[in-house]
Amino acid sequence: MTIAFFTWYLLYVVLSGFARDFMAIKVLGNINVALVLGLLQFVSTFGIAWAYSRFAERKLDPLADEIRHEVEGKI
Amino acid sequence: MSHQTLSTILFLVFVAVTLGITFWASRNTKDATDYYAGGRSFSGAQNGLAIGGDYMSAASFLGIAGIIALSGYDGFLYSIGFLVAWLIALLLVAELMRNSGKFTMADVLAFRMSPRPVRTAAGVSTITVSIFYLLAQMVGAGALVGLLLGVTSPTGKALTIVGVGVLMIVYVVVGGMKGTTWVQIVKAVLLMGGATLITLLVLGHYGFNLSALLGDAAAKSGKADQFLIPGLKYGTEAQGLAGKIDLISLGLALVLGTAGLPHILIRFYTVPTAREARKSVLWGIGIIGVFYLLTLVLGFGAAALVGGKAILAQDKAGNTAAPMLAEAIGNAIFGSVGGTILLAVIAAVAFATILAVVAGLTLASSSSFAHDMYAHVFKRGNVTDKEEILVARISAFVIGAVAIGLGILAQGQNVAFLVALAFAVAASGNLPAILYSLFWKRFNTVGAVSAIYGGLGSALFLVIFSPVMSGTATSLIPDANFAWFPLSNPGIVSIPLGFLAGYIGTRLSKEYNAAKYAEIEVRSLTGVGAEKATEH
Repeated sequence: MTIAFFTWYLLYVVLSGFARDFMAIKVLGNINVALVLGLLQFVSTFGIAWAYSRFAERKLDPLADEIRHEVEGKI
Repeated sequence: MSHQTLSTILFLVFVAVTLGITFWASRNTKDATDYYAGGRSFSGAQNGLAIGGDYMSAASFLGIAGIIALSGYDGFLYSIGFLVAWLIALLLVAELMRNSGKFTMADVLAFRMSPRPVRTAAGVSTITVSIFYLLAQMVGAGALVGLLLGVTSPTGKALTIVGVGVLMIVYVVVGGMKGTTWVQIVKAVLLMGGATLITLLVLGHYGFNLSALLGDAAAKSGKADQFLIPGLKYGTEAQGLAGKIDLISLGLALVLGTAGLPHILIRFYTVPTAREARKSVLWGIGIIGVFYLLTLVLGFGAAALVGGKAILAQDKAGNTAAPMLAEAIGNAIFGSVGGTILLAVIAAVAFATILAVVAGLTLASSSSFAHDMYAHVFKRGNVTDKEEILVARISAFVIGAVAIGLGILAQGQNVAFLVALAFAVAASGNLPAILYSLFWKRFNTVGAVSAIYGGLGSALFLVIFSPVMSGTATSLIPDANFAWFPLSNPGIVSIPLGFLAGYIGTRLSKEYNAAKYAEIEVRSLTGVGAEKATEH
């Protein structure tokens, strides 16, 4: 997941540097690909944060709690 | 009443309220956990606001709005880098650090290494990053007061820096982490409130039609559609390939630096559990994300309603774009009284922002000195809480005084690079050591020390020989030219070097403590034995 978002971010930076014609294409009025991609970075960041929080609550936390209780019970 | 007077009054109200909070907080600050970590008593939401407050500096607020206002889309790249960076903190760093450390980054690094060399290295790195960051904020304060309060004499600006510095020292010495956290929270609310207000007014002015706002901004900039795509400031065609690689280097430093910033890392310890640390980062991401979306409108709004020329006339770096926009939109909607009031409010918020951030930086660096260097390296752990807190307070005073002095000396310098440098150093020197410590079984003391000094050293070395230092009109030393390194941000070279140094250092040493790694793995992932909140 980390590699995925990092790659997507790098892709965005590289496009910003090297693919300016592509970034200039207008999508809706004055809103161009550059802005859309930039805003998508925001969306993906919020999305990944939300997805992680659900994943952690559902999967990681119960496991961690179990192990912790087991270990701290023995100490 | 002039906007300067109103601004000053509002700022003084902020100072009075926050000083009150600080003194109240000091009555609850009894032991080291209180001073360094606020008793670990802050909730995820409160801490998230504080993280936002710590992170949304004047550079974000004024700087990004200014770059967008003058050069269009390129400023947005900063926003994105600054935000995406938080995913590294969320997914890889926050909870794991909370579970395996006590107060500082060095606590985690020293867990399975020989503590003294590692704590020394971590302390050096923390103080270096913090001083660069502090310096940028202090010089920014001096420049800002000139523009917003009409104080133009060097003496006046110096006095402002002294004033900001003294306040910052009081917040930290008296209030410790409890006090400074509340200051961050108050400031975050004010900043979000002010920025949201201006954004709504600007959008409303354009009938909530973003496309119309962009069109107006592009037209007024004189660069038409070029204004709306990357390339007017960073990685311009004129700069060629080196410029574009510089852009990628900057992007890397931003996204990797956040999770290595000491004053951010220290905020993972002010909550009771790792789960709350996670919640803080989630809240932080929400607040910071919304804020950077607002700066997009603020920047383009300033380009459209104030215009590049007017902004440049006030400040070459564009730092006054946001306040000028507040005035312009106030005038447009409410007449000149509205303009005055809004300008004053935004100016006061900007001062509050600087003050809150420098307090956080001073606390982080003085805590690191007292906890890592003094308590553990010099005294080998033989200190009482009272002694440690006293040393922390004294070092806050010293670091504050140094920041004031350097800030006055560095007046008029181009300071945007200092913040980007702080990020590059944090990304090169701190992040490799943190990630290796948490995830690589083989990692050892030599590796940790190599990673920190290697990353720190290479970043500094490359900057000294970059165009930032010499060779161009805007360099620190414009008359000389020893800039053989073509990039102004060393990230793309120094960050891999930091990782490489850590790797080589580790393999050169035979030290290998698999049991300790297993222990830190269990502790960091499950929270076994993690530092608990203090009961009062």
